[in-house]
Amino acid sequence: MTEQVESMIRKDYSAGFHTNIESDTLKPGLDEDVVRFISAKKEEPEWMLEWRLKAFRAWQEMEEPTWAHVHYPTINFQALSYYSAPKSMADKPKSLAEVDPELLDMYAKLGIPLHEQEALAGVAVDAVIDSVSVVTTYRAKLEEAGVIFCPISEAIKRFPELVRKYLGTVVPQKDNFYAALNSAVFSDGSFVYIPKGTRCPMELSTYFRINEMNTGQFERTLIVADEGSYVSYLEGCTAPMRDENQLHAAVVELVALDDAQIKYSTVQNWYPGDKEGKGGIYNFVTKRGICHRNARISWTQVETGSAITWKYPSCILKGDNSVGEFYSVALTNNFQQADTGTKMIHIGKNTRSTIVAKGISAGRSQSAYRGLVRINAGAEGARNYTQCDSLLIGDRCGAHTFPYIESKNSSAQIEHEATTSKVSDDQLFLCQQRGLDAEKAVSMIVNGFCREVFKELPMEFAVEAGKLLEVSLEGSVG
Amino acid sequence: MLEIHNLNARVEGVDILRNLSLSIKPGEVHAIMGPNGAGKSTLGNVLSGRPGYEVTSGEVLFNGKNLLELEIEERAREGLFLAFQYPVEIPGVTNMEFLKASVDARRKHLGMPDLSSFDFMKLARETSKKVSLDPAFLKRGVNEGFSGGEKKRNEIMQMMLLEPSLCILDETDSGLDIDALQVVAAGVNSMRDGKRSFIVVTHYQRLLDYIVPDFVHVLAAGRIVKTGGKDLALELEAKGYAWLDDEGA
Ligand SMILES: Nc1ncnc2c1ncn2[C@@H]1O[C@H](COP(=O)(O)OP(=O)(O)O)[C@@H](O)[C@H]1O
Ligand SMILES: [Mg+2]
Repeated sequence: MTEQVESMIRKDYSAGFHTNIESDTLKPGLDEDVVRFISAKKEEPEWMLEWRLKAFRAWQEMEEPTWAHVHYPTINFQALSYYSAPKSMADKPKSLAEVDPELLDMYAKLGIPLHEQEALAGVAVDAVIDSVSVVTTYRAKLEEAGVIFCPISEAIKRFPELVRKYLGTVVPQKDNFYAALNSAVFSDGSFVYIPKGTRCPMELSTYFRINEMNTGQFERTLIVADEGSYVSYLEGCTAPMRDENQLHAAVVELVALDDAQIKYSTVQNWYPGDKEGKGGIYNFVTKRGICHRNARISWTQVETGSAITWKYPSCILKGDNSVGEFYSVALTNNFQQADTGTKMIHIGKNTRSTIVAKGISAGRSQSAYRGLVRINAGAEGARNYTQCDSLLIGDRCGAHTFPYIESKNSSAQIEHEATTSKVSDDQLFLCQQRGLDAEKAVSMIVNGFCREVFKELPMEFAVEAGKLLEVSLEGSVG
Repeated sequence: MLEIHNLNARVEGVDILRNLSLSIKPGEVHAIMGPNGAGKSTLGNVLSGRPGYEVTSGEVLFNGKNLLELEIEERAREGLFLAFQYPVEIPGVTNMEFLKASVDARRKHLGMPDLSSFDFMKLARETSKKVSLDPAFLKRGVNEGFSGGEKKRNEIMQMMLLEPSLCILDETDSGLDIDALQVVAAGVNSMRDGKRSFIVVTHYQRLLDYIVPDFVHVLAAGRIVKTGGKDLALELEAKGYAWLDDEGA
C-alpha cells in the first residue's frame, strides 16, 4: 500500500474537477437529495455517495441524545442549511476596518500579528498569497517524507483506497446521532497518512491546511499512522472563531497501527455566545482513536469556546501494550455549558491509560467531566489512572463529575482521584498584596491549575493556551 | 512614612480596632505585642486592604497618600508589604513566575523597566540563598507543600525582592526554630537602611533580641495601651500583659 501511496503523492493531481452545479447555497432542510447534492458538488466517487446515504438512512432512524448535562433549545435539523459555498472574494470584508471591533480587540489581546488577523477574519487581501509560499515549502517537506496531509475531499479523489479502507472504521456511520449526521453531510476536514516507520518531520497544523474557509460545521478528519510511525497534529487555533453556523458536529478518527504514535492537540475557541448567553456555537464532536499493538494515542485539548460542548475524545486500546492518554482543560465562563471527558476501552493485554481532566468554571457556567474506563475480560494487566480536578471561580457556577468504571478483569488496576477547589479569597489576596491585579491573579492561578495539561502541548501552543485562558476569563472577577 | 489617626475598623460587624493611632517615621522599627485576639493581625489586614475588614472611621497616610482610598494592589505597588501569619498555597503557580510578576508590577509602578528573565532568575537565586532556601524552591508551586518554616522564609524572600518601603511582619517568628529565626532576623536586618520602616508583630521578645526595635507598642482590645523602648518587651516577657490593666490603660 505504501508504495502505491508514494507514487500517488508524487503524481501531481491534475484531473481538474470543475464545478458543474450552479447554485451555491442550499435551501434549509435535509433529505437524500441534499446528501446527493453535497456529494455531487464535491465530485465524489459513487462509493462515497453510497457511504453518505447509508449514514443518512441510519441517522433518520436515530434519536438525538439527551443524557449530557447540557440544556439548549431543541434543534430543528430541517431548518438548517447543509451546504454553503465558500465566500467569494466580493463578499469578504475589504479590510480590518470592516471587521467586528470586538473580534479585533480579542486578536490584539492574544497578540496575533496583523496579517494573520486579516487571514483569520477572512479579509479579502493578499494575506493569503503571502502565506502561499510558506505553505508550499511546508508541503514540499512533507512530500519528501512521504506524508500525506490534505483536505479529505481531495484525499477521497486522490487516495480512494486508503480513505475507503479506514473511513468509518473507528467511528462507524451509525455510532451516534451526530456522527451519523456528520457522515451524511460532512463538508471537509483533514486527511493524514504517515507511512511505515516515518517520523513526521513537523507538527501538522490545520493552520496550514489549504482549505476552503467555512468548512467548520461538519468537519471530518481521518489520521492514519502506519506501523512504527509518529505524528503530532494540531487542531484549531487560539484566535476566536466565529461561524454563521450554530451547530457543529465534527468527527475525528485516528488509526495508530502497530508501534505507531499519534499526538493530537486541540485548542477550541469557537464563539461562546455573549455575556447573556445569546448566540454561540453548539459543538457536538465525536473523536476516537484505535491503538494497535504497542501503539500510543494522546489527546490533549484546551476547550474555551462554544456555548455548548459535547465531546469525548476516546481510545480503543485494541492491541497489547497499547497506551491511551487524555489531557484536558475545559474552561467555561458566563453561560457556557460543557460536558466533556473521554472513554478508554481496554481490550488488549497490558494496556495502559491516563486521564488528566481539568475543569474550570466561572460566571454562571456549568461544566461536567464524563469519563468511562472499560476493562474487557481479555485485558490482562490493564491499568488506568484518572485524575479529575475542578476549579470554581465565584459561586454561581457548577462542576460535576461522572466517572464510569466497568472492569471485567480482576487483574486490572484502576485509580481514580477527584478534587474540587475554589480560587480562594486568600489566594487572591496574597497575589494582590504582592501587586498583581485581580484578573492577572486569577489567570495565574488558573494557569497553575492547568500546568499538568499545558506541559503536554507543543511549546508555542502552550504559551498561546495560557494567554487564551486569561482572555476567556476576563470579567470573571471583581 | 505612616500616620494612623484614630483608626476604627470592624470585622463581620464587630468593632476590633478602636481609635488606634500610630506614627512611623522612615527607618524606624516598631514592634507590636499583645494578647491573642487583640487586633494585631487586623491592623496588618486593614492597612493592606484585605476584603472583609471595614474601616468605619479614621485616617491613614502612607508616604503622604490617603492609603485607605487605594486598591489592594496599589498599596502593594506603593511599597506596603505584608508578610503573612499563615501564607497560603497556590498550587501549580511556580514561585519564580509569581515573584517575577510581582516584581514586574512594582517596577512598572515605579517607572522602571521589567527585569529580563535572565536577570530576574539570577537575582531570585541569590535572594533565596540569603534566606537559606534552596533555589530549587523557586521552581515549586507558591508555598506548595512547604513546611511552616519554609513558608515564612519564602515570605522574607518575597519581601527582599520587592524592596518595599514599609514591611509588616505578622508573627513571622512563630513556629520557627532558632536557626530559622536567625535567618529571618538577618534578612530583616539586611534591609534596614535608615529609610525602610518595619512593623514587627510578635509574641516573643526573643525575636527582638535579633531585630532590635526603636519602639515597642502593646496592643490590647483594639488600641495601643502602652508604648516604650526595647526594654518594654523584656518587661512584658517577665510580667505578661495583665499588669497593664492595672495601670488603667
Ligand atoms: N476574618 C475574620 N472574621 C471574623 N473575626 C475575625 C476575623 N479576623 C479577626 N477576627 C476577630 O478579630 C479579633 C482580633 O483578631 P486578630 O486581629 O487576628 O488578633 P491578633 O492577631 O492580635 O491575635 C478576634 O476576636 C478575631 O476573632
Ligand atoms: Mg494574629
